[in-house]
Amino acid sequence: MSSAKGKNGLFSKLYLVLIIVFLYLPIIVFIFFSFNNSMSTVWNGFTLKWYESLFKDKHIMNSLWNTLIIAVLASFFATALGTSAAIGISNIRGKKRTIIQTVSNIPIISPDIVMGVSLMLLFTFLGVIFNFEMGFVTVLLSHICFCVPFVVLNVMPRITRMDRSIYDAALDLGCNQWQAFYKVIIHELMPGIVSGALMSFTYSLDDFIITYFTRGAKFQNLSIEIYAMTHRRISPKVNALSALLFLAVLIIMILINIRDRREEKIRAQKT
Amino acid sequence: MKSKKPSIPYIIWMVVFTMIPLVMIGITAFTDKQGNFSLEPFQKAFFYTDVFLKSFWIALLSTAISLLLAYPLAYLINRMKKSTQTTVIMLLMIPMWMNFLLRIYAWRTLLQHDGPLDTALSLLGIHGTYMGNTAAVVLGMVYEYLPFMVLPIYTVMGKIDNSLIEAAQDLGSNSFAVFRKVILPLSIPGVISGITMVFVPSASTFLVAQYLGGTDDIMIGDVIDKIFWTDQNTGAAISLILMIFIFIFLILMNFFGDEEAIA
Repeated sequence: MSSAKGKNGLFSKLYLVLIIVFLYLPIIVFIFFSFNNSMSTVWNGFTLKWYESLFKDKHIMNSLWNTLIIAVLASFFATALGTSAAIGISNIRGKKRTIIQTVSNIPIISPDIVMGVSLMLLFTFLGVIFNFEMGFVTVLLSHICFCVPFVVLNVMPRITRMDRSIYDAALDLGCNQWQAFYKVIIHELMPGIVSGALMSFTYSLDDFIITYFTRGAKFQNLSIEIYAMTHRRISPKVNALSALLFLAVLIIMILINIRDRREEKIRAQKT
Repeated sequence: MKSKKPSIPYIIWMVVFTMIPLVMIGITAFTDKQGNFSLEPFQKAFFYTDVFLKSFWIALLSTAISLLLAYPLAYLINRMKKSTQTTVIMLLMIPMWMNFLLRIYAWRTLLQHDGPLDTALSLLGIHGTYMGNTAAVVLGMVYEYLPFMVLPIYTVMGKIDNSLIEAAQDLGSNSFAVFRKVILPLSIPGVISGITMVFVPSASTFLVAQYLGGTDDIMIGDVIDKIFWTDQNTGAAISLILMIFIFIFLILMNFFGDEEAIA
């Protein structure tokens, strides 16, 4: 659908701008108030004191660290488990495959709160048997749970489209099985693996509900920290933190965009 | 490469972390605190019929408004140059990467009494409360999930074969007829997945209503959250009912989706 390229009228442009304003309004608000020299929402002069106290706040910094480490570990394990699963599932046919794929999609379609509650039941039950408490490990396991299906969904189409004779060719040309696997299959699946990992990372960073139910009494991450803060009197430190996170996201997105455009150019030159 | 073995760890994983937890919800929902079989959790769950109805009503409103906003947006993004399209989609995605609680909390700041909106409108002589009602909750939901509606519709519209549109034009359709006979029917799969991606989370999420709604804006997610810490059995029963409703909804959506694909 591209016959009418660039033919949007003034009204359409205005509509787009209004939607963008709507989406960015809250972000502008917290950036604005992060520089406000007052606890209230009335402007009282420019200050950087909230940023200063944010970096001195060991609690928040510790939560930030936990959030990042969980996101890295969860996306790593989810990617490994999901890629291997996708390769195996692609060799299963018929009803068995339908069942496996349906069960695999359950975490995607079921409401977060139901997933959080059900995992909490599981961990409490296992905790009684094996004598452990919920915390870092249970949060990590839960995050892997909701990440793996996205990896499977991203890698699967790549396998289906892959030409299997390349693998046999690699074997004929003297690769052993592992070399052929690594040099051919993983190479072919890479784009799917990368987007699966990226999706896992973002979902893990953003999650609140599942962490909330599986964290036990002591584990803190950023979402939990923000949740706790919104129940007390909100400190403008939250605004400062949000502004910094927004800046980080913005930089990452711009970098990804630049990389994509460069790849497109290279691809265009090749052809 | 032809082995099924690499899927074994994941199959075991799914049994432990997907199947067993769901079975546990089922068992917990049908037992009392002593662990005996009981229908009491369901009897208690029925006290919350109103909350269920309210949640589905809010989710329905949010989904409808998101669709109304997203459809024209997806259409006009598709009419842009390819490079502009990527930038606009990125602009739509960036707010989604911000923490969900932060975004809702920022709306609370915006809408509160003496907040920026109130101050701006009072310059025009309009005074009012913009928070603590169902409309604010719906606004929060639309804000939260609008990109989930735009993206699938945008993707599906982008895949529509240009020659179909040209053929319709050659055969004498005006642009409205092209839209109604070609673009609209072919974009239905995107609409269906958009509806699913907005309805399910907005019916089941919690905190949005607590942050933006009034005292009678209680949603089912908030009830599960409150109850589960003291009465797991009733909490499990409510979760099970919610799950069943969501599955019925998904099956219905699938059914409509297939119907459209055949027609």
